[in-house]
Amino acid sequence: MSEPVANVEATAAPAPKPKRPKPKSMIMIGEQTAALFENARLAKERGEKVGWSASIFPQEIAETLGLNVLYPENHAAGIAARHQADPFLQECEGALGYSNDLCAYAKLNLAYAAVLNGESEVELPDGGKMVKPDFLLLTNNICNQLTKWYENLARQLDIPVFFIDTCYNPFDYVTETRVRYVRAQIDQLIKDLCEFTGKTWDDERFKKIMEISQRNSYLWERANGLLDHKPAPIGGFELFNYMSAMVCNRGKESTTAIMEQLNAEMEESIKNGTSTFPVEQEYRVSWDGIACWPFLSHNLRTLKKYGINMVASSYGKAWAINYEDLDGMARAYCFASTNGDNLTTMLSRRLEALRQFDCDGTIYHVNRSCKVMDCQMMEVQRQLSELAGVPFTSFDGDQADYRNYSEAQFETRIQGLVEVMKQNKEAKNNG
Amino acid sequence: MADLKENLALLKAACDNPKARLDYYLAQGKKVVGCFPPYTPEELVHASGMIPMGLWGGQVEPKLAKSYLPAFACPIMQSDMEFGLNGTYEGLSAVIIPAICDTLRCMTQNWRFGVKSIPMIPIVYPQNRKSPASVDYLISEFETVLTMLTTITGNMMNEAALCRSINIYNEHNAIMRRFAQVANDHLDVITPKVRHAVFKSAFFYEKGEHTAIVREIVEELEKLPVCHWTGPKVVLAGITCEPDQILDILSENQVAVVADDLAQESRQYRADTPEKGGGGLKRLALQWNERYGCSLIHELGKPRGAMLVKMCQETGAQGVISCMMKFCDPEEYDQPWYENDLHDAGYHTVAVSIDQQVGSFEQIRTRIQSFCEML
Repeated sequence: MSEPVANVEATAAPAPKPKRPKPKSMIMIGEQTAALFENARLAKERGEKVGWSASIFPQEIAETLGLNVLYPENHAAGIAARHQADPFLQECEGALGYSNDLCAYAKLNLAYAAVLNGESEVELPDGGKMVKPDFLLLTNNICNQLTKWYENLARQLDIPVFFIDTCYNPFDYVTETRVRYVRAQIDQLIKDLCEFTGKTWDDERFKKIMEISQRNSYLWERANGLLDHKPAPIGGFELFNYMSAMVCNRGKESTTAIMEQLNAEMEESIKNGTSTFPVEQEYRVSWDGIACWPFLSHNLRTLKKYGINMVASSYGKAWAINYEDLDGMARAYCFASTNGDNLTTMLSRRLEALRQFDCDGTIYHVNRSCKVMDCQMMEVQRQLSELAGVPFTSFDGDQADYRNYSEAQFETRIQGLVEVMKQNKEAKNNG
Repeated sequence: MADLKENLALLKAACDNPKARLDYYLAQGKKVVGCFPPYTPEELVHASGMIPMGLWGGQVEPKLAKSYLPAFACPIMQSDMEFGLNGTYEGLSAVIIPAICDTLRCMTQNWRFGVKSIPMIPIVYPQNRKSPASVDYLISEFETVLTMLTTITGNMMNEAALCRSINIYNEHNAIMRRFAQVANDHLDVITPKVRHAVFKSAFFYEKGEHTAIVREIVEELEKLPVCHWTGPKVVLAGITCEPDQILDILSENQVAVVADDLAQESRQYRADTPEKGGGGLKRLALQWNERYGCSLIHELGKPRGAMLVKMCQETGAQGVISCMMKFCDPEEYDQPWYENDLHDAGYHTVAVSIDQQVGSFEQIRTRIQSFCEML
């Protein structure tokens, strides 16, 4: 008796869906990111000093000096998105003795730094491409945890910190005395950094870098703005992929090329009435807070299921920083992140976005890592919802710690939001 | 002159019922301004003829505050928000909130919109104190505070009043430091709970009045025979070590507190305002630059470990209790470093979780007991 022959046709896995070819801009961003790490590695090999930097530090300073700088927040997000965070979180909360209450970017990076420093033995999934720094560039416009995190890195690695204290803005504008304080720090920092690295400041080069940075900010803001078309030419989550260009390479011409390409691709889609968002865009929402990197694909899948495209985000636009001189730079970096701004400023920025992008709802990410985002979110929700007449939902998650998220909760919350958005839409259609 | 027991009871009563202190000053026709932790320019309130009163929360279950803060926010802020929303703090003319950590940044806004009956005055202290420009910046912050105080209350200070207030605060700093020293010769009288009450009550008194009471306590203590304490001696580190039940557990185990690095206690009194160096506002700004050893003030080198080792050496403490305020990230970043430094120097440490909303103390009791066995 022979073995029954399996029905090959019935049991074979369905042919995989052909993957959409990567747009050219995405290939360019991949190349740029690889170059950033490779250049830092080569600089280190040559004996040059390499820095780590807070993500909304005036990057133009390092760029003017020709310094190679890497970005722990960006790097930690990448590790979290690739589901490689666990050993670092365990190491940080275990052997290194830190509380699990802390920012997951910080925990991940402190553990990574411990490995680079020979104090921990976690395997580095990227082979250590985040090379050991010789100095740190710090601003606290995002949060105060960054100040503490960098204090610890400085002691751990025995390296200097170059710090610009940008001060929280409790008022609706950056007070002139803040501008003077921050400007004085920028001047001192440039002097100190030149002394430490042996580099020379060149005003002409700075002007050029500033122009590039301004052009890039304009193009980034423009690309974000193109999502106001209906249908939006791309899925809003796709813009997260381009953030490294703005975070790590804001003063580089390679970013100009990427941003121009991205804008061109989006315009082409608008012209053709197409979109890379794979389903019909039933609803347009804004996203409040950092991406939930470990579950980005689950977020996207769930939103797609209901035809929800995230067309506005308060997060990405923090890197569209506009200014014309060093005083302007001081003012702009004080005001860049909405984390550093009072509630009325946050509200006005969000309200403007909801209106510009004609959003049907808002999704708030209660990011366990980020108290500065979470501890006033409820008041923002109340006021914004009332001002804009737009419903909202929130979900518990984390920018890098996978343990703080529940797929079921996210799905239920989105389902609830859809019900309200649907009713609103029907009411609108029925006049 | 009240005797020692009476004075200590007076200060304990103030801690047990701060509302009575508020009502007392209001009944005198004084205006009272609430001062959020950890640091505010109290001297400006004082010089404007008003009473600065510390707002360090209390044991209350957050109900209304849940509409403003997530469960993982600082317990002191949860309590302060609850007291603001439920009317406990009614009577205050204003509150001053220093945006010194991420939760306090948000508290300025939550209070602004949540507790509209008590106006909020923000202050943002500079953290890059190495920058000479930080002094002028902080002076401008003080001037904003003064402008808001005047607008809200109608009270205005002048330079002479500010100089007098600075002197009163410096005298108070000195007597609190003196008390901490003298207390160590009388650990039978100055139990952990009593010590805490002497420190905490400072937030509920006009500082000149508090100085007078503490001075009497010090003088009375100095008349007593020295007590040679044979039980374990410890230093407390953290934001606060409350509520009293925790301090009772220390006493149950014959543990004496011989020094502290608590934001609510000795950290307040480490740095005097310089007597010279400019006008009152400038000197106050210079005082900020003199503060040290606090998780909420940026310093390089993680110096708290060395500071705590020195405190242990000077006081004969055998170990340090890390009083970890729940969800306090500035403290959480410091803890592994200072504990390692202490261990390297041969001192023991134990961490206990501090939560104003805690119901059971059994876990803390067990930890303290094991710690004592180690000591």
